[in-house]
Amino acid sequence: MNLVQAVIDAVALGVLYALVALGIALLFGVMRLVNFAYGELITTAAYVLVLTRSLGAPWRAVLAVAAAIALAAIMELAFRPFRNASPATALIATFAVSFLLQSAATLAFGTQGTTIEFLPGLNQAFHLGELVIRWITLISLVVGSALLAAVALLLSRTDLGLQMRAVAGGLRTARILGVRANRIMVAAFLASGFIAGMVALLLSVQRPLANPSYGFLVMVPALVGVVVGGMDRLVAGTLGGFAVGFSTVMLGFFLPANARVFLNSALFALVIVVLLVKPNGLFVRGRRTMERV
Amino acid sequence: MSEWRRSWELVGPALLVVLVAVGGSLTSRGFQYQVQSVLVTTAIVVGIYVFVGNSGVLSFGHVSFVALGAFAAGISSVPAQSLATTFPQMATFLIDLELGNVSSLLVAAVVGAAAAFLVGVPIVRLSGLSAGIATFAVLVISNNVLRNWELIGPGAKTLPLVPRTTGFVQATVGLLLVMTVAYIYQRSRFGRMLRAGREDPVAAQSVGIDTQRQRLGAFTLSGALAGFAGGLLVHLLGSITTQQVYLDLTFVTLAMLVVGGIGSLWGAVVGGLAVAGLNALLGEAERGLSLLGVELAIPTGARLIVLGAVMLVVLMLEPDGITGSRELRWPFAATDGSS
Repeated sequence: MNLVQAVIDAVALGVLYALVALGIALLFGVMRLVNFAYGELITTAAYVLVLTRSLGAPWRAVLAVAAAIALAAIMELAFRPFRNASPATALIATFAVSFLLQSAATLAFGTQGTTIEFLPGLNQAFHLGELVIRWITLISLVVGSALLAAVALLLSRTDLGLQMRAVAGGLRTARILGVRANRIMVAAFLASGFIAGMVALLLSVQRPLANPSYGFLVMVPALVGVVVGGMDRLVAGTLGGFAVGFSTVMLGFFLPANARVFLNSALFALVIVVLLVKPNGLFVRGRRTMERV
Repeated sequence: MSEWRRSWELVGPALLVVLVAVGGSLTSRGFQYQVQSVLVTTAIVVGIYVFVGNSGVLSFGHVSFVALGAFAAGISSVPAQSLATTFPQMATFLIDLELGNVSSLLVAAVVGAAAAFLVGVPIVRLSGLSAGIATFAVLVISNNVLRNWELIGPGAKTLPLVPRTTGFVQATVGLLLVMTVAYIYQRSRFGRMLRAGREDPVAAQSVGIDTQRQRLGAFTLSGALAGFAGGLLVHLLGSITTQQVYLDLTFVTLAMLVVGGIGSLWGAVVGGLAVAGLNALLGEAERGLSLLGVELAIPTGARLIVLGAVMLVVLMLEPDGITGSRELRWPFAATDGSS
């Protein structure tokens, strides 16, 4: 395997994690909430793809994304009581929801993987000289960039985005100024549900076995990426997700074969180092000032 | 009198633990084991509380100290003969080590403390989510190393034949010991300084408290307790794999702490006993349970769903945990504010 091929594979994984990171970062940006149950939105959409195997691909895609959005709306209701709770309580509450949904999936489908069979043709590769590139990598790259651009435009150029940023800045202040905070939060959850549905479509092509921890397993590295990249900035958090995926493959490439089992150690040691050097985020410029008494 | 009332903060929870242990020893054999497991799990939760509760910094990394303690105690107490056959690649000094029950628990505590100190030196500089992710990274690294470096760890195999010395006596005494250390620490000068830093980092700094230094102390102590609890765990289970002390245990023990009340010893004890106890009861109910003449049976696999739902509802009703993150108060005296 040569270096260029490794870079291509690294970009593929990076884009995937970046997409997951985008949904997590959006929700954190608006709600100040780390949603551990974000992965279960992806899992739900994947299982909808499983259940609708007899339908045509467009219908399956629509139903899967709709299911993720619907579940996101339910989550918004479930997390409402935790808006003023401490971060630890809110975090554990989202974890409880994640745990609950994973257990429900285990009860319904078992822990064995179920084949999804969603557009397997897109997982084919084409050859460019010695290089192997899969179509889904290109599609993910395009879809990912488009989604990131759309969300960035939403936040910076629309009225809804302005209100989202106002809510993020301070719930009470935003309300006093006439922002209907509940609507804004529902909108943020729906948008993150939509992104999760899109991720599920792209992921199902590449990883055709759905299981109860399907979404959880991509949510964890993406969440790590969001924190490493910078939680407070949408673009920084998304880039952080990309960085984690990219570094995973590149570290695997550079580690000698007998040390490759320690890939996770190398990756997370890197995470710790980056956090220590840039605690506010790798892709965030400047330093936060400490509060004055 | 007020001294007695104050020590109720430790004596009250301790009485509850003894009550649970004595009550548990009167049940059927299978359930006795469940109760012992509840006590050991609570010891882990209290160990985590010493850092998380007093500092207000969330740690996902403490189960790595539990794991290190468990394997340190396990490997040092399994006879050399059986270790050498199961783990041909393990370092000779580890294989030859043959310790008694109590010394193996001490080794677990020392290993937990040493690991926590080493990791803590850089990590206590971080707060909030950065600290959460950094401690999570510690968890992943320690699991990865234990699972793949067969010179010191069990690899992907099960560590078998650990003497099963944790019964009711050891689980109860162990838990009471952990609680006592936690209580002494939080009443000490150091515990109070750390709590001041938790409430207001800037104000604490302005009166000369080095919050990071206090965090490091608490992190090390908490690592020692977690390692010790890991020792109790391995002597309860009798055999252990690296996956038993990894992600699931991390999230479950943290959830117990938050459900009980993250900011008080009473919360840690109640959360551990209540959630682990509920888990044990539901596990029995999956096998069909007759409680006070009522037949209780739930479908297999429903246990985790009920557990998740209960945790969520409790947090909705009591965002600060069942105990409201307050210590237990002496119930029979008028409150005179002199506490």
